[in-house]
Amino acid sequence: MVVLAGGLSHERDVSLRSGRRVAEALRATGLEVLLHDVDADLLPFLEKTRPDVVWPLLHGASGEDGSVRDVLDMVGLPYVGTGPRASRVVWNKPIAKSALLGAGIATPDYVTLPQSLFRDLGAQPVLDTILRRIGLPLVVKPTEGGSALGVTVVTRAEDLPRAMVECFAYGETALIERAVDGIELAVSVIEGADGPEALPSVEIVADGGYDYAARYVAGETEFFAPARLTTDQAALVSDVAVRAHRALHLRHLSRTDLILDPDGTAHVLEVNVAPGMTEMSLLPQAVAASGHDLATLYRAVIDRALTPVR
Amino acid sequence: MRASEIRALFSVANRPEVVSLAGGMPYLEGLPLDVIADTMQRLIVTKGTTALQYGSGQGEESLREHITQVVALEGVSAHPDDVVVTTGSQSALDLVTRIFVDPGDVVIAEAPSYVGALGVFRSYQADVVQVPLDADGLVPAELDATLTRLAAAGRRVKFLYTVPTFQNPAGVSLSTERRPQILEICRQHGVLVVEDNPYGLLGFDTEPMPALRSYDTDGVLYLGSFSKTFAPGYRVGFVIAPHAVRDKLVLASESAVLSPSNASQLAVATYLETCDWKAQIKAYRETYRERRDALVGALGEHLPGASWNVPQGGFFVWVRLPEGLDARAMLPRAVTARVAYVPGTAFYYDGSGSDHMRLSFCFPTPERIREGVRRLAGVVHGESELVQLFGTAGQPDPDTDDVEGPAPDLA
Repeated sequence: MVVLAGGLSHERDVSLRSGRRVAEALRATGLEVLLHDVDADLLPFLEKTRPDVVWPLLHGASGEDGSVRDVLDMVGLPYVGTGPRASRVVWNKPIAKSALLGAGIATPDYVTLPQSLFRDLGAQPVLDTILRRIGLPLVVKPTEGGSALGVTVVTRAEDLPRAMVECFAYGETALIERAVDGIELAVSVIEGADGPEALPSVEIVADGGYDYAARYVAGETEFFAPARLTTDQAALVSDVAVRAHRALHLRHLSRTDLILDPDGTAHVLEVNVAPGMTEMSLLPQAVAASGHDLATLYRAVIDRALTPVR
Repeated sequence: MRASEIRALFSVANRPEVVSLAGGMPYLEGLPLDVIADTMQRLIVTKGTTALQYGSGQGEESLREHITQVVALEGVSAHPDDVVVTTGSQSALDLVTRIFVDPGDVVIAEAPSYVGALGVFRSYQADVVQVPLDADGLVPAELDATLTRLAAAGRRVKFLYTVPTFQNPAGVSLSTERRPQILEICRQHGVLVVEDNPYGLLGFDTEPMPALRSYDTDGVLYLGSFSKTFAPGYRVGFVIAPHAVRDKLVLASESAVLSPSNASQLAVATYLETCDWKAQIKAYRETYRERRDALVGALGEHLPGASWNVPQGGFFVWVRLPEGLDARAMLPRAVTARVAYVPGTAFYYDGSGSDHMRLSFCFPTPERIREGVRRLAGVVHGESELVQLFGTAGQPDPDTDDVEGPAPDLA
């Protein structure tokens, strides 16, 4: 099999780390695993080696926006994970949010504004309107991309312009979302023989916000796996994650990030078709909390990808 | 933006699609690899059991003799006994800091200063105070005022760390007029000088400048390296130190690594013995001069709103961005445009420097350098528009921590 890792996105480093971890785990199960970057050599390489299955562990850009998956479909190779069309929906956070709302799943109130709009209408009037409509605290994030890159939690009106500038350094369009207070959770979903099932949720406690450093620098964040939830709360967030997985037509595995507010509502922040698999990432922690062995579970995912769709 | 985020963004820079003006890797394609291969083979055949054996903590004697000849080009008169070979000069810097610095001690550095040195000082919990430099290097009056102020505050200053020639990142050199002045100021204040000189022989149009160590053998520790004049993969650097310090360095080095790589040391010694290393340095100088010209020419053409120095040697151009831009905040946009640089904040201890970026011209070809600057101009233009739109000019990123320099194997 081939693990794809790297790519030219802002999250190249995370992808390389994810790819190495998964490749290592799968080799331990006896599979022959080759790692490859997404570059000009990839297609000739795939044509030559014709692997039984490909696992795209690409974060950001072509890895998650569906385009690499389109190419894998075109060359006729089975792969792990969601297909191109559903990936495209999930990749764009506002589109994913509207799909979630359509399925009756809560997600924080939001607006989506391209940079050009600020140019046309003038920044200050638009910012003032945002502050009135969404209110503080709010979260500014690029509509595409992960690992919290370009994301700022804004608690003071005077910090909003800078947050916009940081966001637009990553992409052309900003998602501005009401910040929801509550327990921060990540729920990974894996498809087994009986359909998608949630793994134990992982609770994230990051003093300064769960930003890039909090995600990937050891010791910056406290994780609880399983999360410190009541049985009812745990069942609720599992149900929401499985519903999100189904509603967005995801395949094999996904991770849903959500906030459980004090009133008991689970607000989905985003859903990931290519969850991080680094030693610090949430899905591997969830697997550990479930009592499964990582390598065995990854192997089961591969077998799932090799099973023809009925 | 946090340091780990910046380092992660650098990870795309080694992809061929990206023009990296970020790293400091020398251009090794200019080396006669076939000649070096023959030399290395002969070394292992004739001296294999020595090369592959433990060596002394101080370093291989024949190499130390050669080192005294190399540093003589910059007026340094040293005895092989004064030389301690280290694993690159980075290791020398680490050992010197380990010996001299207790947590809370002050180290003086230039503003801006080499990011790898700031990382070492931070790891030993030194308090780094940076002193401005101008086109002629470190400003003597500023150094004097800083040392006087620190003395009055009862602070203990352990040493001045300086890259006096073709400074990283600023590209400037300490003028020959100022060299004795800086040494005199340090002598008066009882402050040792750590002279880090990896680029001294890489001047484009000039004879090598006299090293600080050539003026003062008691008050200056000289750090040298073969990484830029030969090849960094051998990891051979050295320190020339006063006797009392040298013995401590040898003990510290033995604690850290037992002995530096004998194979590497003999390889470098053999290269110096059998190859025309001076001609190689001349070839490097010509390559780098052509690349400097390409970079400076492209900046003039594409980035008229920025300002920069024209370095007379070394690897780097230090660029001041147009008013109001933040080099850190702009980096993701540069990565999207397939060009990389190091934000100026990497070279300051206190998070300042966001109005600058370091561009290196050592690794990419002249055409790639021109293409990189063309891309960079688009990035600067886009960011300027954004900053004007939101009125965020002059609001530097408050989120600064840790070292954010590129990894050593970055192009």
